[in-house]
Amino acid sequence: MSASKKTEVKEVKKTATKAPAKTTATKAERTKMEIRLTGSGGQGVILATIILAEAGVEAGKFVAQSQAYGPEARGGSCKAEVIIDEKPIGFTKVEKPTFFMALTQKALDQYAPGLSKHCIVLLDSSLETPECLLANKVYKAPILESAIKEVGKAMTANIVAVGAINAILNLVSDEDLHTAVMSHVPKGTEELNEKALKVGMKLIKK
Amino acid sequence: MGKTVLMQGNEAVVEGAIAAGMRFYAGYPITPSTEIAEQSAVRLPQVGGKFIQMEDEISSMAATIGASAAGVKAMTASSGPGFSLKQENLGYACITEIPCVVVDVQRSGPSTGLPTSPSQADVMQAKWGTHGDHPVIALSPSSVRETYDLIIRAFNLSEKYRTPVIFLMDEIVGHLREGIEIPDPKDLEIINRPVKKFAKQNGLPYHVEEGEWVPTMLPFGQGQRYHITGLAHGESGFPTNDNATAGKLVRRLIDKVEKNYDDIVQCEEVMCDDADVVVVCFGGTARAAQSAIEQAREKGIKAGMFRPITVWPFPGRELEKLSKKVKKIVVAEHNDGQILLEVQRVVKNNCKVDFVGKIDGSVLTPPVILSKIEEE
Repeated sequence: MSASKKTEVKEVKKTATKAPAKTTATKAERTKMEIRLTGSGGQGVILATIILAEAGVEAGKFVAQSQAYGPEARGGSCKAEVIIDEKPIGFTKVEKPTFFMALTQKALDQYAPGLSKHCIVLLDSSLETPECLLANKVYKAPILESAIKEVGKAMTANIVAVGAINAILNLVSDEDLHTAVMSHVPKGTEELNEKALKVGMKLIKK
Repeated sequence: MGKTVLMQGNEAVVEGAIAAGMRFYAGYPITPSTEIAEQSAVRLPQVGGKFIQMEDEISSMAATIGASAAGVKAMTASSGPGFSLKQENLGYACITEIPCVVVDVQRSGPSTGLPTSPSQADVMQAKWGTHGDHPVIALSPSSVRETYDLIIRAFNLSEKYRTPVIFLMDEIVGHLREGIEIPDPKDLEIINRPVKKFAKQNGLPYHVEEGEWVPTMLPFGQGQRYHITGLAHGESGFPTNDNATAGKLVRRLIDKVEKNYDDIVQCEEVMCDDADVVVVCFGGTARAAQSAIEQAREKGIKAGMFRPITVWPFPGRELEKLSKKVKKIVVAEHNDGQILLEVQRVVKNNCKVDFVGKIDGSVLTPPVILSKIEEE
């Protein structure tokens, strides 16, 4: 095709005014999950949110996954987020977490001030719960220890966490979660990660 | 439409580019654009293309131009510091009319700044980064799905108008993952550069046919020798100091973009039909603005959003029309006021123009934009 001098009729992409969907606050809370996972760089919290996002897509939901980290490859605080909603997502970052997890004390101390009394919190058992922590409910689970002692590899802690998170939130079916984990772990580590996922699920008492 | 897949903005750049026909990538990795290089390295060999990591951004831009001159659709990607280095060769692609796509996933500057933090402060660099009067087309997506569609459009415009197209992304969209449906390749419009047999042009590689804006292109190395130079040149392709010839060339380079405004320029108006206040923003900022105008509507404020999809040329005609209907415009961008200058130039005194920006590497949030919407 050549760039002919004839010009075509142009259209502006327009979205008409719609009355905002009328949802009560409680209903909105139920449909939109704003998940923030924190820890130290290298612990795999970003991958954990990617897996949750993948599971959300598998379940036919809208997702937006993002992260914030420093330039260092290991160490340093890492924050990863995923929003899972029934409706298209506008702002892609988590504003008021409905779920928060911390794997290190440093990350907990840094990010705890952003929490509200509507938030469900999951902390690794090794962490000290700050007295002023605002939360709807606080779970403590030996995520890091289970990865080392039960699964046999410290680096599976993020998959243990994914299992525990879904056991708490019932975001997606176990099957969708399993599919999502398998599609994001390196070849040859499937069995190990399957075990980690099961260990994580069992950490939360129903 | 196929299955919905989870994809990152940077990955969508590569998948869309390959769908558009990209078969060459040269680059030097830099956060937050690195995944574009990584994914190109994986995907290009699978489709018979070539990936090369060059020694720096300058040579990456040169290799991209060289590959395109040889007849292959080519792309390079970087972030601010690397985009600065590409400017000299970007001008070379402008004057030699070699199509290519240059992705800039913006991060906080100046210099190496905040490597992992979002910014949109390369707007004016995209227009004036390379010296001299020259045409600029720059596109900016605000979602992963739009990234896929728009990078295809970037290649199409580049091929059609034989000019480099800048894909002005930001960290917000580049590092965002969303579920997207990949369109069926059969449904895509793919434009290839006008290629003609050399003989028909009387041996003149830069001869422009009557009624056309650009010369047809002969892939370099396919039988006929011709001259490509960054110096002013006439139809023969050889350098000239003749003022009339040089003036004619630069005029055509500028006009091929400016006079095709209707074919090139795209913008989106969201809930603008009855709006009193309109937020003007582009790229990743549009996501915060979308939430802000929805929240404003819930409070009874008639708010809308105007989003340039082509940042350059700026959609001034559409915005001017809109500015005559609204009371206030709020410009929201992750810089200290760059699109703002264009808005002020276009809007003049038609309505009030307010600004909310970010220069510290953090993200503009809906409440911050909302409070600007609410301000008297």
